[in-house]
Amino acid sequence: MKTSMLLRVGAQLLLPLLMVLSVYLLVRGHNHPGGGFIGGLVASAAIALHLFAVDIRSARGVLRADPRTLLGAGLLIALVAAVMGPLAGGAVFEGLWLDVNLPVVGKTHIGTPLLFDIGVYLVVIGAVLTMALTLAEVEG
Amino acid sequence: MSYLVAAPVLIPMLAGALSLVAWRSHMLQRALAVLGTGALLISAILLMIEVANEGIQVTEFGGWPAPMGIVFVADWLSVLMVLLTGITGLAAAIFSLPGTTLRMEHAGYYALLHVLLAGVAGAFLTGDVFNLYVWFEIMLLASFALLAMGGERAQMAGALKYVVLNLISSAIFLTAIGLLYGLIGTLNMADVAVKVAALESSDRVTVIATLFMIAFGIKAAAFPLFFWLPASYHTPPVAVSALFAGLLTKVGVYALYRFFTLIFTADVGFTHEVLKWVAVFTMLSGVLGAAAQFEFRRILSFHIISQIGYMILGLALYTPLAVAGGVFYLAHHIIVKANLFFISGATYHLRGSHDLSRLGGLWKTHPWLGVLFLIPALSLAGVPPLSGFWAKFIVIKAGVALDEWLVVAAALLTGLLTLYSMMKIWMEVFWKATPPETAELRGVRPPAAMTMVIVALSVLTVLIGVIAEPVWQLAAAAADQLLDPRAYIEAVLPESAQ
Repeated sequence: MKTSMLLRVGAQLLLPLLMVLSVYLLVRGHNHPGGGFIGGLVASAAIALHLFAVDIRSARGVLRADPRTLLGAGLLIALVAAVMGPLAGGAVFEGLWLDVNLPVVGKTHIGTPLLFDIGVYLVVIGAVLTMALTLAEVEG
Repeated sequence: MSYLVAAPVLIPMLAGALSLVAWRSHMLQRALAVLGTGALLISAILLMIEVANEGIQVTEFGGWPAPMGIVFVADWLSVLMVLLTGITGLAAAIFSLPGTTLRMEHAGYYALLHVLLAGVAGAFLTGDVFNLYVWFEIMLLASFALLAMGGERAQMAGALKYVVLNLISSAIFLTAIGLLYGLIGTLNMADVAVKVAALESSDRVTVIATLFMIAFGIKAAAFPLFFWLPASYHTPPVAVSALFAGLLTKVGVYALYRFFTLIFTADVGFTHEVLKWVAVFTMLSGVLGAAAQFEFRRILSFHIISQIGYMILGLALYTPLAVAGGVFYLAHHIIVKANLFFISGATYHLRGSHDLSRLGGLWKTHPWLGVLFLIPALSLAGVPPLSGFWAKFIVIKAGVALDEWLVVAAALLTGLLTLYSMMKIWMEVFWKATPPETAELRGVRPPAAMTMVIVALSVLTVLIGVIAEPVWQLAAAAADQLLDPRAYIEAVLPESAQ
């Protein structure tokens, strides 16, 4: 199926921008609107757009991994965040925080909730794209 | 505080995540299926020992104290249900090993199995009303995917009815949660119990209680909204059917037990009276529906409904004996019903059909399978000394003690008709001669994994029947805790007790 050139060029320009936006939403999520779920949806929307504009193979190429693997990896990361609390002698899912000096960003407050959000981010991308790619394959 | 309370949810979640990452590897997924469900069973046993030694166990997520944070609470009923989840989960995982195709494994069969178990265990352990909703949704999602897997026409039709009715139930559940929160401003179950008891007027509480009753009634497949169950349970792979038959409706029954002993006890004259008649009609409609069926798994599905009636009856009669009988019934039923579905899977493996008219002659070729079928079948019908006899005996005895003669008559009639149904299956599948159009498969055996599961569950059924005392003690302890929720409330909210 031949798609419009406008769509193809637009999607190629938008893909990196939307990816950066999704990571931005993910990182600011703890204290501001955003978070892993929204970030994950934006990232999967970007790849879905690529899927419509180009084709399935190329959309799979953007991910570099099978969406199922992403889904499992995200779930694993979220579980690691959950059991960090007990490992430090606290409750399950208890937030642990570290103050670190990062280059560029400066002094930051990093904690297990961010790790959990990264897990959610990957789970959302994995789940949405498993569904979208399966449907696209059935149709095409 | 105990981490063990969270383990029955974290373990299947971990196993599910690992088997998703390892979706390409046939061996790893299968190993994870058995190891993950085995670890779940072990964690349930350890948790039970802890509850036996130290009383009700509570864990607060994120370190936020109740009623602000979400808590998991393990009392006798919860821990018993988690133990049964572990047993059924392990049995289903082992039973799946020979029959699961590579295509199903790639579609995430084992991962979904683990997630389903996590959802069930979470629903049994949570002490928060909204969190219960979340676990229900996780369960629904995983079970929907398992039902639809394979994509055959009948499966889609069944899955659609299943998901639509369950979504309606979820919507009612969510409405009830909203109303409850609007009324008292908390969703921690122990805190809700305290605040509902302190309300002056119980009118609005009764309305909310009825909404919860409808929501859980649909999940439990109680009369009149049970038709989604026989429409869907006979379509998926047998191990999935068995897991659903054993566990899913029981989550609805568990939620009824929890809510109508802990929270909604202000107007027992209304709520439990309604539950009683729901129970009677559920028993009768299930067993009469089964009489008209001629498909192995559809008959069994209708019997799930009639058995749910007995369990709700135990709660509705609301005496220590009746509630203990209901808990005993839950324990007995989960094992027996899962086993009957497993046996239907073994006969399908031998004859390639679930249709009774195309089955037959198995007594000649596989007499041991006939014996293994008779154990859970007679137990289901309530023949002594099997587990089902004690379960029925206790519930009916509680009914007699209350002079509820109509209810007792309905329960006895249901038992008799259950026996008729089980004998119908036995005559058709085992006793009658092999129909001419069905190939006689002498010397074919079901895979060892299937046989092992069926034998183990049958032995368990006989054991619960012959040595009923420990199980009865456990059920009685659970009933005591349910009918006197002070210990539960004190464990969750230590300050409110002072």
